[in-house]
Amino acid sequence: MPDVTKTAVENADPMAATAADAAAATGPAPQAEKARSLWGDAWRDLRRNPYFVVSGILILLLLLIAVFPGLFTSASPTYADLRNHYLGKPEYGKVFSAEWLGYDGQGRSVFARVIYGTRASITVGVSVTVLVTVLGGLVGMIAGYFGGWVDTILSRLTDVFFAVPFLLGTLVVLNSFTDRTVWVVSGALAFLGWTQIARVMRGSVITIKQADYVHAAQALGASTSRILMKHILPNAVAPVIVVATIALGGYISAEATLSYLGLGLPTSVVSWGQDISGGAQQIRTAQHIMLYPSIMLSITVLAFIMLGDAVRNALDPKLR
Amino acid sequence: MRGAKSATWVAGAIIVAMAATACGGGGGDKGSKNDAGGVNPNGKFSVEVGEPQNPLQPANTMESNGSIVVRSLFAQLVDYDPQGKIVMVNAQSVDTKDNKTFTVTLKDGWTFHDGTPVTAESYVKAWNWAANINNAQTNASWFADIKGFEDVHPAKEGAKPKADAMSGLKVVDDKTFTIELTTPIPYFVYKLGYEVFSPLPESFYKDPKAAGENPVGNGPYQFVKWDHKKQIEVKRFDGYKGPDKAKNGGVIFKNYTGLEAAYEDLKSGNVDVLRQIGPKDLPVYRDDLGDRAVDQAYSAIQSIVPAFYSKQWKNVDPKVIQGLSMAIDRDTITKTVLQGTREPATGFVAKGVLGYQDNVGGDVFKYDPAKAKELIKAGGGVPGNKISIQYNADGGHKEWVEAVCNSISNATGIKCAGDSKADFQSDLDAREAHEVKSIYRSGWVLDYPVNANFIRDLYATTSAGNQSGFSNKELDSMIKKADIAPTLDESVKEYQAVEKKMVELMPAIPLWYYKVNAGYSENVSNVQYAQNGDPVLTGVEVKK
Amino acid sequence: MGRYVARRLLQMIPVFIGTTLLIFLMVYALPGDPVRALFGDKGADPTTVARIRHDLGLDQPILKQYWDYMTGIILHFDFGNQIASGRPVRDVLGEAFPVTIRLASLAFAIELVVGIALGVWAGMRAGKLADSLVLIFTLLLISVPVFVLGFIFKLVFAFQLGWMTPNVQDDTNYSQLLMPAIVLAALSLAYVARLTRTSIAENLRADYMRTAVAKGLPRRRVIGVHLMRNSMIPVVTFLGTDIGALMGGAVVTEGLFNIHGVGGTIYESILRREGTTLVGLVTVLVLVFLFTSLLVDLLYAVLDPRIRYA
Repeated sequence: MPDVTKTAVENADPMAATAADAAAATGPAPQAEKARSLWGDAWRDLRRNPYFVVSGILILLLLLIAVFPGLFTSASPTYADLRNHYLGKPEYGKVFSAEWLGYDGQGRSVFARVIYGTRASITVGVSVTVLVTVLGGLVGMIAGYFGGWVDTILSRLTDVFFAVPFLLGTLVVLNSFTDRTVWVVSGALAFLGWTQIARVMRGSVITIKQADYVHAAQALGASTSRILMKHILPNAVAPVIVVATIALGGYISAEATLSYLGLGLPTSVVSWGQDISGGAQQIRTAQHIMLYPSIMLSITVLAFIMLGDAVRNALDPKLR
Repeated sequence: MRGAKSATWVAGAIIVAMAATACGGGGGDKGSKNDAGGVNPNGKFSVEVGEPQNPLQPANTMESNGSIVVRSLFAQLVDYDPQGKIVMVNAQSVDTKDNKTFTVTLKDGWTFHDGTPVTAESYVKAWNWAANINNAQTNASWFADIKGFEDVHPAKEGAKPKADAMSGLKVVDDKTFTIELTTPIPYFVYKLGYEVFSPLPESFYKDPKAAGENPVGNGPYQFVKWDHKKQIEVKRFDGYKGPDKAKNGGVIFKNYTGLEAAYEDLKSGNVDVLRQIGPKDLPVYRDDLGDRAVDQAYSAIQSIVPAFYSKQWKNVDPKVIQGLSMAIDRDTITKTVLQGTREPATGFVAKGVLGYQDNVGGDVFKYDPAKAKELIKAGGGVPGNKISIQYNADGGHKEWVEAVCNSISNATGIKCAGDSKADFQSDLDAREAHEVKSIYRSGWVLDYPVNANFIRDLYATTSAGNQSGFSNKELDSMIKKADIAPTLDESVKEYQAVEKKMVELMPAIPLWYYKVNAGYSENVSNVQYAQNGDPVLTGVEVKK
Repeated sequence: MGRYVARRLLQMIPVFIGTTLLIFLMVYALPGDPVRALFGDKGADPTTVARIRHDLGLDQPILKQYWDYMTGIILHFDFGNQIASGRPVRDVLGEAFPVTIRLASLAFAIELVVGIALGVWAGMRAGKLADSLVLIFTLLLISVPVFVLGFIFKLVFAFQLGWMTPNVQDDTNYSQLLMPAIVLAALSLAYVARLTRTSIAENLRADYMRTAVAKGLPRRRVIGVHLMRNSMIPVVTFLGTDIGALMGGAVVTEGLFNIHGVGGTIYESILRREGTTLVGLVTVLVLVFLFTSLLVDLLYAVLDPRIRYA
């Protein structure tokens, strides 16, 4: 059994490692670099991947809505008319009008809110995911690669953070800011969120660093940062991408939770999360309030999962 | 990710409770069990209650979960009926000539659950114990009206008490004692109905802490056991001599994490009486429960209060506040966002209280955008043209605060936003520290059914309940006058005049009165709800 | 190996001290006073507040409070008393943890079995219909909030079909805990399934698989031993972090099904600023985290023999 594993990893991708190192050793050779660079390869691969194309289009569309919500609806997301529009039912015939997807419990247009909520929700989801992945990924990679006392300190630090209850941590962080912008809220979510990624990354790196191509690169005298970036990261990143893309959706809903706790964004900021948790109160009588922001959330998560899958496939030498 | 989970619950369970169940047809097909079987006088029933926060000591229980249990175990000297009339319970009579010295005579034959007799000493000793600073009871300040209170409870922090007993309390004989107050209070007898003024048996003082876990009282029910975080069981005390003898065999106070879980259990027959319905089920509970759905007013009020110490509201013309009050569409908001759980307020005193005046506020409490704008302009406008309403996010206030804000903005063009504090603690902290930026929400449930409780205890300059920094000399002197009125009736009338004056001064913007929205199962009948919103346990009849 | 485990166990001491201190300081940093809160909306009498604070030692400097608390735990196994109820925190822990352990272990078993099964099924057929079905299923689990999932479950299984009671009446009854456990496991299950699926799909094309197949090993053995063993490291890592999270973070699910466990107690303690209770709860959780992360590290070595610990 062990020999099988060994053979497997040995054969995993000796070429990629040695070729890249050779390129580094012989100095810059633009053409060759372009052809052989792992990240360059990945990009060429991606463009041919239909998953990447579909998810790319979806994400661009979401970004467009986020930046220019006014292009998609003329209705105001904050104008509330309780007298006439309390829990107004959707009128599916009137596509893109204020009453298309109905009205919520404050008499506001659900369609306008779904459109205008995109900006805050995508910003929170993406920025927290990026923060968490970079921070957690870095900690996990360093701990996993260096081992020994570095690992001890970082891992035990992760344990401590993991044990702090989410609500307590965010309460403390958010109480120290008077102005709760999207960025402050994102920071608070990231404050305790990085630990899981760190653990996953560390576990992944611990296995990858045993691979012979890593030993080979070390023997060839490649710098630590180069080994980490060129050899460890691309091979170890797969589980991190899986966890991060799923978590993205989680953060968008977590913002909702925080808002509901009075800790998240102020009510003047429109977000899907706030509407989902608000709509949950009406679930027995007016399901449309919760349904549409949830659909937008699902589309976003789907787009990022597909993107994550495509990127991972492109990076993974074994799948090439 | 994990965090998302933990917090969502908050969004649900405590704040507004979650997990409702649809399941239509609840109302219709449940006629199978008939009343024909009659009443089982020894049947027990269960009530939804959270875990009491404090040990079950009468003077140490302030929150609702503990007090409903304490009230079932202890009887006081008097009580009051739904019309606000005093009813004698453990007292034969409470007499006074000057509203300053009261003579209490006890009924014969009363005993505690352990068989020891209830004597004048049981009361006097219990009150002296509860008032004593050394025993650190949260409700100690209720005894502050009694002469000699400062001797057992010095105002200075850390000071030692000078005496063991209040000089205002004197035991005359086994069945009689006198209470002397520092100043006359016409409505003092009403305060005696509060559970703080309960008697304690001799066994209590040996180990007050153990007594809080295993209380022995003189009330209609006798303590059986407390399974922490699960349930508290009490059974009927057959030796009870009061007017409200239990019509059932006992009560099980069942602990729930949220209102909606309790509602599901009600529908599936696992709990009998609810105190409240979660917001998710409010739109449908009348259909689900039919005539077992309860919808009645109780004596509590919700207001928003300008922080008069803040830059914005210092020296503001009351016209501006009247204008804001007229910009709030109370009718529509109570019908829609609040789903009929509140009734628009027309004054400062809640319904069901002695001295309640219908429609005292008149136009000031009616929605009229044009007039609102006019008044605000006449009063010099709102400084900054922008207000915020502070509330605690864990209390289910978010929706109506938003609706009130939208109403004000739409009517007057003044910008309005909710200013949420994460929890009640943070909210209270900001209020006590005088850090509220603009306006805050404030709720008040009656302590005793007299209008003074909604006026003096909230808006007199020196009242503990006055957190807004509101101070008006004229109002203070009117309140003082009302307090020294020779009879209760006159005092109540004087306070009615004060309330009229308050409409001009606008120390707060009252929004609506609370209602009890609750329900009960098919196993029980004759479920009534008292003025504080709690079910009257002793009257509940359990079906065979 | 023995020395490694011993060293890891020793490391628990500083982590334990660090976490408890951190939680202590965090609770201290929050606005609001647990004693003042006993009085609710009504005005509090400052003398009484001061007295209660003094009796509880809350008027001491924070580090002194911490020191007293720690010596209590270490010397007398005394976690202190609750502020409002005056009950020993030890009793509170003793009520909450058994319930939570039952719920969490059931949920863990579900996510382990179902998650890995789904992941393997999808991973073996990457890009085919099965893969898409699992993707859609996990996507649903991810985007449906827990409380909605709970709502749907109760609607279908308790009220329409009448198979079980909507809420847990007896928390020692595993059949009643099943529904909450499924709801609790749902999101983690999505993670486990996606992680497994990715790992399997990735390793399926690795050369050692071809070698194993070429060697004529039976398919069952190839998948069961070679493929699974090499694919499990990220899954094991995730599962390891999840045990603790299932215990401490089940707040929503506990609230939904009326379970009085650790999550709800943590939440309540935070809102009431019950510092001692919170530290007691988190202390136990930290120990769980430390043990599981040790276990996970040891499992690495089992799964991948090249990983050695000195």
